Amino acid sequence: MMKTNEKMIINGKRLDGRKPDELREIKMEVGVIPNANGSARVSFGKTIAIAAVYGPRKLFPRHKQESETGIVQYNYDMATFSVDERKRPGPSRREIEISKVSRLALEPTLFLKNFPKTTIDVFIEIIQADGSTRVTAINAASLALADAGVPMRDLVVGLSGGMIDGVPIVDLCGKEDNYCDADIPIAFLPNKNEITLLQMDGRLTPKETKAIVRNVLHVGKEIYKKQVEALKKKYSE
Amino acid sequence: MRSEFILKLLEKNERIDGRKLDEFREIIIEKRPIERAEGSARVKIGDTDVIVGIKMEFGEPYPDAPNSGVLMTGAEFIPLAHPDFELGKPGEIPTEVARVIDRGIRESETIDVEKLCIEEGKKVWNVFVDVYPINYDGNLIDAGSLASIIALKSTNIPTIDKDGNIDRENLKNSLPVVHTPITITIGKVMDKMIIDPTFEEEEILDCKLCVATTEEGKVVSIQKIGVGVLTDDDVDQMIDIAIEKGKELRKLVEDGKKIVKPKTKANKSRKG
Amino acid sequence: MEEKNDKKIRDIVIPGELIGSNKTFKAGYGTYIEKDKIFSKFVGILQKKDDYVSVISLSGVYIPQRNDKIIGVIEEVQKFGWIVNINSAWDGFLSTSEGIEDYVDVKKVNMKKYFEVGDIIYTQVEDHKTGDVQLTMRTQIARKLKGGFLIKITPSKVPRLIGKEGSMVNLIKEKTGTIIRVGQNGLVWVFGENVNKAIKAIKMIEQKSHIYGLTDEISKLLS
Repeated sequence: MMKTNEKMIINGKRLDGRKPDELREIKMEVGVIPNANGSARVSFGKTIAIAAVYGPRKLFPRHKQESETGIVQYNYDMATFSVDERKRPGPSRREIEISKVSRLALEPTLFLKNFPKTTIDVFIEIIQADGSTRVTAINAASLALADAGVPMRDLVVGLSGGMIDGVPIVDLCGKEDNYCDADIPIAFLPNKNEITLLQMDGRLTPKETKAIVRNVLHVGKEIYKKQVEALKKKYSE
Repeated sequence: MRSEFILKLLEKNERIDGRKLDEFREIIIEKRPIERAEGSARVKIGDTDVIVGIKMEFGEPYPDAPNSGVLMTGAEFIPLAHPDFELGKPGEIPTEVARVIDRGIRESETIDVEKLCIEEGKKVWNVFVDVYPINYDGNLIDAGSLASIIALKSTNIPTIDKDGNIDRENLKNSLPVVHTPITITIGKVMDKMIIDPTFEEEEILDCKLCVATTEEGKVVSIQKIGVGVLTDDDVDQMIDIAIEKGKELRKLVEDGKKIVKPKTKANKSRKG
Repeated sequence: MEEKNDKKIRDIVIPGELIGSNKTFKAGYGTYIEKDKIFSKFVGILQKKDDYVSVISLSGVYIPQRNDKIIGVIEEVQKFGWIVNINSAWDGFLSTSEGIEDYVDVKKVNMKKYFEVGDIIYTQVEDHKTGDVQLTMRTQIARKLKGGFLIKITPSKVPRLIGKEGSMVNLIKEKTGTIIRVGQNGLVWVFGENVNKAIKAIKMIEQKSHIYGLTDEISKLLS
């Protein structure tokens, strides 16, 4: 978290003109990768994530556990040109960690016990990054899983919350990500009130933190609506 | 069995999707899909979908070219794009793809690298061309090199602020791109030459020849890929094809055409 | 016509969508129960028949179910049976006793005489316990399929390819003079002179399975 003297909120408006509770322009499309069993492309403002799902497909179990329930393999990758300074190809520690927490964000919605000896592979590529990439990726992954016909208890919604200049906000863009007082990415099952991913970087009071989480769950419902629309759109010729 | 079927059709000069042997699939071009990169392009040839991003960073010049910027081309085969692509394996194939695409740009001296000098002998611009297949259905080299040249032509050079840092918010000049190299891959199987092979067709080819040509009609790079052999007549023929098809694709770059459909009305008028 | 299309869209449910109470309805395929409520597991078409609700997934890899009639390809010959590729995340297993009708001495039998690697079979799912899909050839419809050509379609599109009482697949067979066998697992076997034409029709059905008026389009394509 960097420090700046620049004001991030002026006259109630954020750097890009949004209100604190306002989401960026969201675009969602499924079925964008013909080779995959399911796929989706999701953008929040300038952040663009592409997700492909392959599976359930055969896994050669190395542990007993893997022969009793299926597993999810989640790989989050950022394209070299997705960020300001060219990123060297290959997973960084940050990406490895994101892959792990994202995998755990999806597992609760899947019926892995019904798929022993299989793997559901989720591949994410961030082709342009402008803040909140991991939650954008989760939105795309959720759509790709549904598109792939993988049975799910619920879709998964991802949204970041945060605090900037003492004001709680949602859907942090890149600059806000860098200069905020707190950055809280969250993923949850919208019909179940189950939070499956929750992280925080920052420094807030418990009250502030709780309020941000609640707010994200509330605003996240708009994202859910868009996901439903995107899934149904494919079949409404 | 699928392969047998493809070969049977080829014997009659036919292909599964109804195309002629020297016909490209539908080509769709998207300019600057990644706004934040210095340059970018997306090209779809049939179902093969490739994004190329261009980044510019400070770098050191090569000792024997103290005034010249440096071109670096990379290709990432992300497992997103095909069920057989495996994680964490850079491998020979993406490396070869990157190098073939690179050769076409480099040997034709497409980028006027002398204009990319910042401080002689010390600091120059590095131009990174990164090729990412998003969906792989064959002919990645042609799609990747087409996307690369389109991306380069749309690239702008960042300025340098008063502290000597790269300022990407203020892009001033376009990257000096003085040629339009186009790489065409010609596949050989039995005695047939086919262009723009799909993934399945690539599997049955004896070998491929990738030939890059420029708008001046010069051949600037060649790469033979695969274990099969070519006669000198084969090579003659393939070079001619590369020049002719290169002209077709080059028009797309110059006209800025977005969608080009194959001439054959695939599947409609075919008998049997 | 508009009506039918709208009806289809209205009936599309998505994972997590509430269908009804477990006390009013019986939960069928494609649904799950939590806290006495029935939800959809898939993006699919909701079907309500009397008090029985189910969801037909619009996409997805093949998930074997008992009594499914499927097409498989022999992958490996083993001592007591054959490993069969059934276009699913799991392999099928055809045991010697389920594969051979005659009485044979298991120790002496030449397995390859019956099924070799690469052979295509029309077979039935006997059982699907965790991770093992047991197949059987001991039913009337089971047989080896010789020659021909195999293509894959999304398993959920199979009913559309077959059509009402076989009307769609019969149309293709007539117009192309081919023999076609459709496996519920999405593998389709086509045999005959005009295999190519038949394949085009099958691919079109896969792409346009959700539209109305498909039968007409297919007829046009094949004439």
